Amino acid sequence: MAKTLDHYIDTLRGTRVWRSVFRGGQGASRLHNVLAIQQNIFLHLFSAKTRRRSLDLGVTWYLGTLTFGCFAILFITGILLMLYYHPSVPQAYADMKDLQFVVSSGVFLRNLHRWSAHAMVFLVFAHMFRVFYRGAYRPPREFNWVIGVLLLLMTLLLSYTGYLLPWDQLSYWAVTVGSNIASAVPVFGAKIRFLMLGGHVVNANALLRFYVLHCMILPLAAIVLIAIHFWRIRKDGGLYTGEPAARRET
Amino acid sequence: MNDENNETNETKDGVTRRQFFVRVGLGSVAVAAAGTSVFAYQFLSPNVLYEPSPIVNAGKPDRYPPESVTLDPESGIFVVNGPQGFYALQATCTHLGCLTAWKPELGIIACPCHGSKFGRDGTKIAGPAPKPLPWLRMWLSDDGDLMVDRAAELSSRQMVKV
Repeated sequence: MAKTLDHYIDTLRGTRVWRSVFRGGQGASRLHNVLAIQQNIFLHLFSAKTRRRSLDLGVTWYLGTLTFGCFAILFITGILLMLYYHPSVPQAYADMKDLQFVVSSGVFLRNLHRWSAHAMVFLVFAHMFRVFYRGAYRPPREFNWVIGVLLLLMTLLLSYTGYLLPWDQLSYWAVTVGSNIASAVPVFGAKIRFLMLGGHVVNANALLRFYVLHCMILPLAAIVLIAIHFWRIRKDGGLYTGEPAARRET
Repeated sequence: MNDENNETNETKDGVTRRQFFVRVGLGSVAVAAAGTSVFAYQFLSPNVLYEPSPIVNAGKPDRYPPESVTLDPESGIFVVNGPQGFYALQATCTHLGCLTAWKPELGIIACPCHGSKFGRDGTKIAGPAPKPLPWLRMWLSDDGDLMVDRAAELSSRQMVKV
C-alpha cells in the first residue's frame, strides 16, 4: 500500500495543475527541500534550515508553538460557535444555553474554546518568562520581544472581550468593573469608557462592540502580529539556543 | 545499527517497519478525518429550529366573502372561497419562490418577479413557472376555524364545505 500510495503521490506531483501551484519541482535534493519552504507563502516565514539544537525540547519547551496551537484551536472553535450565536441582548444568553444543551457537540466546542483560552493566557506568560530568564529578548531580538508584548496584549484583550459574550451575571459585572477601570485613565477616562461601551451603561451596544472586537478586529490584529513574530525569528538569526560558552558546558 | 537495518529490510510479510508506521499513521488520519466529518455534520445540523409552524390558522370562514381570493402575506397562502367550497393555495411562485398576488381586475394570480400567471385554482397560464401553484391541505378545526398545513401539498383537489 505504501509503495502504491507513493506512486500516486508522485503522479499527482507530476501533473500540470500541481506544478502550476507548487513550483519547487520533484526531487529530494537539498535544493528541492529548501525551495519547498521558501516558495510557500506560509512556510517562507520560517527559515528553510534550522539548527538541530533549536528543535530540542529543553531549548524552548515548545511554549511558543503550544501557544500558537491554542490560538489555532480557538480560531476554529470560535468560528463554529459563531454559527449559533447572536450578539443581541436577550438572545445571547439563550444561544449560549442552546450551545450547552441543544446543539450537537456544542458543549464540547464551547468548553474547548474556554479551556484553550485559559491555556493560551497561561502559555503566553510561560513563554514570556522562559524568553526573559534565558535572555532571549536581547539584541538582535529586542523588536520581536516588543511584538511579543503586543501579542500578550492581544491575548488579554481577546480573553476580556470574549468574557462578555455569554451575557450572564459574571460577564456583565466583569465588564462593568473593567470599563470602570478604563475610566480611571486621567483626562480621557470617561471618553474611553463611552467609546468602549458605545454608551454609558453595559448594554446592547457594548455587547455588539465586544463581539466585533472579539471576532474580527482582535483576531485579525493577532494574526498579523503572529506573522511578523514568526518571520522575525528567521530575520533575527533563528531561535535563541543560548550563549556559545554556556552551550559548551552543558 | 540493527534498528537502522530493520527500517530498510523487509520482514517475511514484505512490509518494512517504516511502511508499517506509515500505514498506522495514515490510518489514524483517515479515522480522525471520518470522525471529524460526522462531528461537523452533526454540529452544523440544528437540533431545534425557531421557525414558524407550517400549520396556520386562517380564521373563521365568514371572514372570506363568496367568490374571493385572499392573500395572507405573513403565511404565504391564498384562501379561496369558491362556489364548491374553500381551498388553500401556496402563494409562493413555483419558479423561484417570489410571493405572488391576486389581480381582481384580471381574475388571475400573477408573480411580480418574472411574470408567471396562474388561474384562481392555481393552474399555470403563462410564464417561466414550471408547475401550477400547489393545493394545500385544509380542514376545519373544532372551534370552526379554517386550518392550513403549508407543508402538506395535495395530490388531488379537495374542498372544505362550510
